[in-house]
Amino acid sequence: MSVRTELPETRVETPKRRRTPPPLLVHALAALGALAVIVLLTLVTDEFTNLRIATIGYYLIAVAGLTLLTGLTGQVSLGHGAFMFIGAYTVALLVRRVPTFPLWADLLLASAAGGLAGLLAGAAAARLRGPYLAGATLALAVGLPALTRKFPDFLGGSNGLSFTVHSRRAGAGVPELRWQTWIVWLSVLLALVLVVNIVRGRLGRNFRAVRDDEVAAALSGIAVGRTKILAFLVSAVCGGLAGGLQAFLLGTAAPGSFTPALSLSLLAAVVLGGLGSLWGALWGAVALVYFQAWSEDLADALHLNTDVANNLPLAVYGVILIVVVLAFPRGIQGGFHRLGVLLRRSAKQKENHEKH
Amino acid sequence: MRSTELGAGFFALVLALTACGGAGESDGGGQQAADSAVGVTKDAVVIGTHQPLTGPAAPGYSKISVGARAVYQAINDGGGINGRKIDYRVEDDGYNPTKTVEVVKKLVLQDKVFAIVGGLGTPTHSKVVDYLNAEGVPDLLVSSGALAWDNPQKAPMTFGYQVDYTREGKIQGKYIKDTFAGKKVGYFTQNDDVGRDTQAGLDQFVKDQAVVRQGYDSANTDVTPQLSALKSAGAEVVVCACIPAFTALAILAAAKIGYHPQFVVSSIGADPATLSGLLQDFAKRGGASVSSGQLLAGLIGTGYLPDVAQTSDPWVAYFKGIHDKYIAKEPFTNTVLFGMVQAYTFGQALKAAGPDPTRQKVVDAMSSGALKGPGLTPFGFSKESHAGYTGAYVFKINPDTSTTVIQPPAVTDRGTGAITPYSGERATPEQVNLVSK
Repeated sequence: MSVRTELPETRVETPKRRRTPPPLLVHALAALGALAVIVLLTLVTDEFTNLRIATIGYYLIAVAGLTLLTGLTGQVSLGHGAFMFIGAYTVALLVRRVPTFPLWADLLLASAAGGLAGLLAGAAAARLRGPYLAGATLALAVGLPALTRKFPDFLGGSNGLSFTVHSRRAGAGVPELRWQTWIVWLSVLLALVLVVNIVRGRLGRNFRAVRDDEVAAALSGIAVGRTKILAFLVSAVCGGLAGGLQAFLLGTAAPGSFTPALSLSLLAAVVLGGLGSLWGALWGAVALVYFQAWSEDLADALHLNTDVANNLPLAVYGVILIVVVLAFPRGIQGGFHRLGVLLRRSAKQKENHEKH
Repeated sequence: MRSTELGAGFFALVLALTACGGAGESDGGGQQAADSAVGVTKDAVVIGTHQPLTGPAAPGYSKISVGARAVYQAINDGGGINGRKIDYRVEDDGYNPTKTVEVVKKLVLQDKVFAIVGGLGTPTHSKVVDYLNAEGVPDLLVSSGALAWDNPQKAPMTFGYQVDYTREGKIQGKYIKDTFAGKKVGYFTQNDDVGRDTQAGLDQFVKDQAVVRQGYDSANTDVTPQLSALKSAGAEVVVCACIPAFTALAILAAAKIGYHPQFVVSSIGADPATLSGLLQDFAKRGGASVSSGQLLAGLIGTGYLPDVAQTSDPWVAYFKGIHDKYIAKEPFTNTVLFGMVQAYTFGQALKAAGPDPTRQKVVDAMSSGALKGPGLTPFGFSKESHAGYTGAYVFKINPDTSTTVIQPPAVTDRGTGAITPYSGERATPEQVNLVSK
C-alpha cells in the first residue's frame, strides 16, 4: 500500500474566508460572462458557424454529465446516448402534442425525463461494476431506440418525428439560428452552474471518495449506493437536457441519430478532453464537432477515393485520441494544465534570475 | 441567502427570454422572396445534395452521386446550361437524420446553394422539408418514393422523383393477384414510410392473401428472425420493400434457412448489378462464396427507368457513353443510372428556367409538365401534383442477371384509381438536346 506523503489541506474557517462571495454567485457571474462571450461570438460569425457553436453547446452539457459520472464517480457508461434519446423524444412529443407548452417547460421536462431514466438505470447500475456496468449501459443505448419500432404510431417508427420549434418572437430581428444558439447556451450554462456547484460541493467530494475507494468511503459514512445513483441521476439530467436541446435546435428526433456510436463518441470526448475535469468537457465537445468537420474538409480537399474519404474522419479522430492520451494522459485539459505549470515555473525562474 | 436569490433571478431571465408563447405554436415564418437567385453567378450554379456515403444505406446508394456527378461533368464539358457550369456539392449524412439537418443547413447557409437536388432517404429527408420550404430553397427530385414529397400546398418547393411506394405497391399487388392467385403472401418491409406506403398499395389487391407482415430496421442487419417468421407462416410470395442492402440480406438469410419463396422487390432495392455485388460482398464477409446468378434468378422486381442491360434503348446508350467517358471504372448499374437520370432531369428544369434562372422559375419549370424524362412512365409534375414517375413495369431477373420485362409499363394514382397500361412516346436524347457534345 502506498503511503500518502501529502496531507490534504485542512480548511480553517476564518472570518476572512467567510467574506469571500458564495460559490453560486461566482459561478453565475462566470456563466453570465460566458454567455456574453457566446453572444459576441455568434454576432461575428455566420449563421452556419452559429449552428456549430450551438452543437458544441449541447454536446458540452452531455459530455459534462458523463464527466461527472465517469470521471468523478468512476462509473463507466457506454449508454449515455440513450438519455439524449429520451430528452429528444420528450421535446418532440411535447412540441407536437402539447404545442401550447413554452419551450422552457419542454426543456425542463426533457431533463426530468432523462433524470427519471437515469434514476432507474442508476439503481440497477449501483450494483454493477466496471465491465458489467459498461455492458448494461451499452444495452441501454442499443435497446432504447428500438422502442420507436414498438410504437410506430406514437414515436414515428424508424422515420422518427419531425417538427418545427418556434421559440422566437415574430419579427425579433435576429436570425433564427442565432437566437436558437443563445437559447441553447443559456440553458447549458444554467445547467453547468448547477453541475459545477455539485462538483465543488459536498456531493462532489462524496463522488470522488466513492471513485477512489468504496470501502473507505463507506467507512467514513458515505452511502455508497445512494451516491452512485445520485451521480447517475445528475448525469442523466444533463443527457436529457442535451437531447432536448438537440431536438429544439434541429427539429428532429429519430432513432438513427442515437446509435451506440453516439454514446461511444461521447465517452471518447470525455477521455480526450480530460477525465474528471469540466473544462475538459468543453474541449471534448469542441473536438467532437470540429475534428469531424476538419477531417471531412481534409478528405474533400485531398480528393480521396470515397472508401478512404469515408473512413478518414473516424481514423483521424482515433489517431488524435491516441496521440493526446499518450502525450497528456489527463486529456487536453491536462495538457493545458501542464503547460500552465511550465509557464509559471519558467516565469518564476526568470523572475528569480532577474532578482539575482 | 443571496446565492439562491441570484439563482432565481438567473432562472427568471431564461423564463423571460423563452416565454414567447408555446414552443409548438406557429408564429408565421416568412417565406423568402422566391425570385431570389442565390447560388447563381454569371458562370456557375451551385447545387447540393445529402447522400448516405457511409452507414447502413451506403452499400448501393453511395454510387448514385457518382452517376450524377458524371452527368454534371458532361453538361459542364458541353458548355453548361445557358453558359453556366453546375457546381455539385455532395454531403455525407450517413443516413442519420441529425446529420442530414446539419449538412443541409451547411449547404444552404454556408455553400449558399441554389437548390437541393436528389436528397436521399425518407427518414433523413423528411427532417429538412419544412426547413427548405421555409427558406424558399427548391427541393427537387427527392430520392425516395414516400408520398410526403407530393404536397404542393404545404411544401411548394419540394418535388418527388421516383414512383411513389403506394403506386408501386398497387402495381405489385395487382401483378401478384393476377399471377399468383391463391398463394400465401408475406410482406417484408422497412419500418418507415417505405413500408407503410407500400402496404397501402399492396393491401388494395392482396390483403386477403397476406398471411404475415414483418418489418426491419436499417440499424439492425440481422434479418434471420423475420425471414424465419415468413417461412413458418408459409408465405410463398415475399414482397420485399427494402433498400438494396436489405434485399441482399433477406435473400441470404432465406437461403441460409432453406427457404425459397418468390421474391417481389420494389425498385429501390431490385437493381441486379448492385444486388450481385452486395450478395458476394456480404457472403464473403460471412466466410462463404455464393453464386449471385443462382440466388437472383427468378426474382421479380419493379422499375420505371430503362434497365442498363437494354443497350438498344437510346437513353441507356446515351448514358453509357457518359459512363465510359467519365466513370469507366465504376460498374454501370441501374443505381448509377438512377443518379444520371436525376442529374439530367435537373439539367432540363434548369434549362427550362431560362437564361436568368431564379428559384421560382426553376420551380415553375418543374411544375410545367414539360419535362420529358428518360423514364418509361411519365412524371406526374403539374401545378397540383409534385409526384415523380407515375407508374412502373414488372421484370424478372434471368440466371445471367440480365432482366426480362414481364409486364409492360402501367401508370396509376396514389389513391384507389385504376392501373392503366402506358404507351406514350419518350423523347430521345437528341430531341431533348441538353448538351451539345
